[in-house]
Amino acid sequence: MLVFPSDPAEILRKKKALRRQLLNSLPTSSIKKRIAILGGSTTSEFKDCFELFLLRKGIQPEFYESDFDKFYEDSVFGTPKLDSFAPEVIYIFTSVVNIKHWPDPRHTTNDVQELASAEFERLRLCWNKLFERFACPVIQNNFEFPSYRMLGNADFTDHRGSINFVNTINAKIASEASRLPGLYIHDLCYDASCYGLDNWHDRVAWHAYKFAFAMLAIPSVANSSASQVSALFGKTSKCLVLDLDNTLWGGVVGDDGVNGIQLGPESPQGAAFIEFQSYIKKLHDRGVMLAVCSKNDKSNAIEGLNHPSGLLRPDHFETIIANWEPKNENVAQIAKVLNIGLDSMVFIDDNPAERDIVANSLPQVIVPEVGKYVEKFISIIDRAGFFETISLSTEDLNRSRMYKENTAREALAQSFENYNQYLITLQMEAEIAPFRSEYFDRIHQLVNKTNQFNLTTKRYSREEIISLTKSISHITLFGRLIDKFGDNGLVSIVTAEIKQSIANIDLWLMSCRVLKRGMEYAMMNTLINEAKNHGAKEIRGFYKKSNKNQMVAGLFSELGFLLVKQFPSGDSEWKLILTPNLAPKIHYIKVNPNEPQSL
Amino acid sequence: MNLNLFNQVLDIFRDVFDDANLVISAETNSDEIPDWDSLAHISLVTSIERHFKIKFALGELQSLKNVGEMIELIEKKINE
Repeated sequence: MLVFPSDPAEILRKKKALRRQLLNSLPTSSIKKRIAILGGSTTSEFKDCFELFLLRKGIQPEFYESDFDKFYEDSVFGTPKLDSFAPEVIYIFTSVVNIKHWPDPRHTTNDVQELASAEFERLRLCWNKLFERFACPVIQNNFEFPSYRMLGNADFTDHRGSINFVNTINAKIASEASRLPGLYIHDLCYDASCYGLDNWHDRVAWHAYKFAFAMLAIPSVANSSASQVSALFGKTSKCLVLDLDNTLWGGVVGDDGVNGIQLGPESPQGAAFIEFQSYIKKLHDRGVMLAVCSKNDKSNAIEGLNHPSGLLRPDHFETIIANWEPKNENVAQIAKVLNIGLDSMVFIDDNPAERDIVANSLPQVIVPEVGKYVEKFISIIDRAGFFETISLSTEDLNRSRMYKENTAREALAQSFENYNQYLITLQMEAEIAPFRSEYFDRIHQLVNKTNQFNLTTKRYSREEIISLTKSISHITLFGRLIDKFGDNGLVSIVTAEIKQSIANIDLWLMSCRVLKRGMEYAMMNTLINEAKNHGAKEIRGFYKKSNKNQMVAGLFSELGFLLVKQFPSGDSEWKLILTPNLAPKIHYIKVNPNEPQSL
Repeated sequence: MNLNLFNQVLDIFRDVFDDANLVISAETNSDEIPDWDSLAHISLVTSIERHFKIKFALGELQSLKNVGEMIELIEKKINE
């Protein structure tokens, strides 16, 4: 099977067998995506490797591949084949070989600026033409450095330098991507740096086969691209599960005592563990959940995490499991406590036996072969791209805090006998309103990653979400929930399409961290009002069964809908007649308290 | 023909074509294996280079007629 880190030669040699194995063990949660690769060089080998890594991340791709170096023609003029393919992702796979005109020694600063603009505008035309035809994300490679430089070190500063030229075009690409939603940049320049330029620019591969770079560099680029696509569809990992002894510090805290473990600048090993803790803490700070899974007495584990030189404290972890049970059981338990899927967990342990039992009994959990040397952990985890993100949302930054607030809420709930009384004391307030541009990123993220409380599990691109807000026949609603412990952020989304006086609910989802708070009732009441305002006489609800949304199979029934049709697949259709005396659902949330005229 | 080299090359062929029972001989050429297209050829070459820790130069591969000649070239490169 495909493991991390992977041996590129092994992948190229055995890719057919790997593909067969991956297709046979494809998880039921996997999704299909149509991906168009518009290349500036031979992309066949890249496509094969790209497929392997996408499959490993639960995405089954179908590809369109442009003819050799026809990315520009396909993008700008289109082809009937590409139109009928209807791509869900377009990847413009170019590299430094596709820069058409380089500066030469006679060029003035002005000449070079014009050259750089021409190179950039050629790409920009591709993006704009593609966006006119397809409402889907476009991934664009930036440019890596060329294989030689005519001016030596001056290439970096002189306006005629090729390094300077690549940096200028890349800067233009970056600034356009930050402005243009739907455009995502693949950092090929970083890939090439990691691989090493001397090996990257394989002249045989270029002259004999027109590969833009060395064959053996292809798997790592393909993995990085697959991580990016998986981030677009919310299929990246959410939680890092860590062992303690010889993973977060050197030695065994239970044997060596807290003063005996290696952690801190006193020894090279101790310094390397500090560096690793610092990396993990940065992952935590950007929203990756952390958990401990250690064979230890809990008190020893906590003591180790309070080591004076340590950077990771017990507080940084959503949960700390330290006991003597098998680790596969503990990892499964952590998934349950955090309410996340096994396929969103990465397990790090220096002990090959522990990695083995987790990888074998929980095949969905990603278990990188980190080895036993701490100094290698960071690059192995980082290069694998488990936690790739398309954009950092405020919710990401607050996620860890929100989970901890949840723990406080649970403690409070236990002290109340009457659940409604508990809900009242939460002093909940909600904002429920049509989609607004400031929330497009969060809505896009939530739509593409919510699996459990999700009636239809329909996925939308950011562009499709925006187009819904412009349609007069669509109702869009988001819900944001605040309580006395903090802001839960934007947690629920409903969209409905009005057809012949019927509001059809296309999408209804909610983040599981606000389950059993009455938020779905508040959303329902608002939806009813909105549907009436749009002239609807009836609301239709659809439950489309997936292997993760069992929890909402009975939602429409609970809300008073009548069953229209039950399908053998487990799907069902429901209706609610909007009579004048329809009673609103009772809940304990103040909706839009700052707008007295409101819904 | 060097039989030891032949067996290693056979293993590489079986991996690249994903066929554990593939049989080849010194006379086998790309016409006899339906999957042996230009892309598979590149995979073969790269896998051979990596396995034997050699690097073919531009132009060395064009004139090869069959597996036997390929093995002769590998032997020459190993001893270079």
